[in-house]
Amino acid sequence: MAAYIIRRLLQALLVMAVMSGLVFLGLYVIGDPVSMMASPEATDLERDAIRASFGLDKPLLQQYGIFLAHAVHLDFGKSFLTGQPAMGLILERMPATMELATVAMLLSVIIGVPLGIWAGLKPQALSTRGIMTGSVLGFSLPNFWVGLMLIMIFAVQLGWLPAGGRGATVQVGPIALSVFTLDGWSRLALPATTIALAKGALIIRVTRAATREALPMDYIKFARAKGLAWSRILWVHLLKNILIPIVTVSGLEFGQVVAFAVVTESIFAWPGMGKLLLDSIITLDRPVVVAYLILIVFFLVMLNLAVDILYSVLDPRVRLESTKA
Amino acid sequence: MSKVLVPGEIAPAAVLPAPETPWQRFRREFFANKLAVIGLVLLVLAVGVALFAPWLSPQNPYDLGKLDIFDSKLPPGSKSADGSMTYWLGTDGQARDLLSAIFYGLRTSLVVGGTSVTAALVIGSVVGLAAAYFGGWIDAVLMRTVDIQLSFPSILVALILLAVLGKGVDKVIIALVIAQWAYFARAARGAALVEREKEYVEAAQCMALGWPRVLLRHMLPNCLPPLIVIATINLAHAIALESTLSFLGVGVPVTQPSLGMLIANGFEFMLSGRYWISFFPGIALAIAVVGINLVGDHLRDILNPHNAQ
Repeated sequence: MAAYIIRRLLQALLVMAVMSGLVFLGLYVIGDPVSMMASPEATDLERDAIRASFGLDKPLLQQYGIFLAHAVHLDFGKSFLTGQPAMGLILERMPATMELATVAMLLSVIIGVPLGIWAGLKPQALSTRGIMTGSVLGFSLPNFWVGLMLIMIFAVQLGWLPAGGRGATVQVGPIALSVFTLDGWSRLALPATTIALAKGALIIRVTRAATREALPMDYIKFARAKGLAWSRILWVHLLKNILIPIVTVSGLEFGQVVAFAVVTESIFAWPGMGKLLLDSIITLDRPVVVAYLILIVFFLVMLNLAVDILYSVLDPRVRLESTKA
Repeated sequence: MSKVLVPGEIAPAAVLPAPETPWQRFRREFFANKLAVIGLVLLVLAVGVALFAPWLSPQNPYDLGKLDIFDSKLPPGSKSADGSMTYWLGTDGQARDLLSAIFYGLRTSLVVGGTSVTAALVIGSVVGLAAAYFGGWIDAVLMRTVDIQLSFPSILVALILLAVLGKGVDKVIIALVIAQWAYFARAARGAALVEREKEYVEAAQCMALGWPRVLLRHMLPNCLPPLIVIATINLAHAIALESTLSFLGVGVPVTQPSLGMLIANGFEFMLSGRYWISFFPGIALAIAVVGINLVGDHLRDILNPHNAQ
């Protein structure tokens, strides 16, 4: 187990180094960040001073070397735009993104699992056809457009919910969370529903497939032969066994939701790290982009690792060592 | 008047119906599913509109000289200021007829999606087949690259690539190919690993055919079914991804608006209740993507060897 985890972490380090290098070189090619930072009236002398203060006057490889040397000490440079530490800027916004992603994923599971089990139990029912058609729409409709339409209906036409932004937050330790206030929920509702419509559709399909696979199994037949209540078969025997694919998919999709936050957050003006990434890409704020990538690679690797470990907990037959890292 | 058979003559073959060819079986199974047929109709509709956009559109949305600024942001069904035409779906902020803009936008979206998926299919298949055929360290290196890439969400891969490459239809296509080739590589390798063990490959190798010929002429055709399924699903994905990137403002340039960009243009007007500028391009996008997904869903069912009767 320990060897497996260490191998995965080393792999993550390698990916982080490669990604940061590629993006470092890539973003260097496309523009001069100094032109973004200096005021239009700045003289060449002032521009050179700015360039020197960020170390941008040095050769590119040396810059990358300096970056790596600092990165080892968890210092990922300062934002060109604000002068604040890049990683700090991202970490500051991370709770907002994680909060949205968690609420959205929980909502998807709450919608998806019961509907999926229903569709698996009654494959021929009319309601099942409705559910399955709905799920095709759910993951086919472009998600950002669904978000816009929700804003149009609930914020513009009906005026029930605010169109964007994050509500009042409550400080929990170092983290500000908005799930404890009514205002927070009113602003979480639309973005979380947008994501949940797409991810819930996926979970419906996974749950349905798993249910249909599990139903003809001997343990279900035996439980019925024993005369157990149908509800017990459903919630204990069936649910335990279909949990594995559901947990795997939900876990991996959580990573997708965090990455897709770039889109959701720009639509709903949600002050998370996805919006920050997009803004930083547009303003060529290289340190923030690189720091974001390093963080997200680390996060995704940790998430995959957590899903794998959970997998082996849920299903004792799975051995981590035998799977490829 | 029955014909007398001369000894040695073969009885007419018409007694038995001709055996069904694989293509006939495929057609029968495909058209047996109503949803898949609906999907195909939607897809053909979208492709047809995109192909014939210049002839179907009431207006050339790229010809800025034809646009009348007094006609901007008109609701659906409005007459143009000079009374020469009706804007059935309204106009956008630049006074473009939305219907025409959607026809042309569909064109950009489908061309970008189709080209990138085709390129990703070719590159991914070659990589996957090579990995399976040669095995050893080639396989290990290629597949580890695929694993790492697939663990990274495609929206981020494309977004970062476009940040580096800059704007442009060609840049978007490159970004989509890089974001998607790995899916094909993994599927091709999986199929090729099964095929490699079969006797016809051994036979081909015994005839001392070169490896490119064994790979491309013998193994590739037998690996195609799963690749076709992935290609359909990825086509839907590519179109959605392109529209998302264009919506974020890092995709296609303003001169060639795709559906995603039309939706983005309408975003600023939506809060003032002018819903149609974002609404209708989204419907067009949804029709194309839903159509492709319905076809792909059913293709997966009939091309899956586990389901074959």
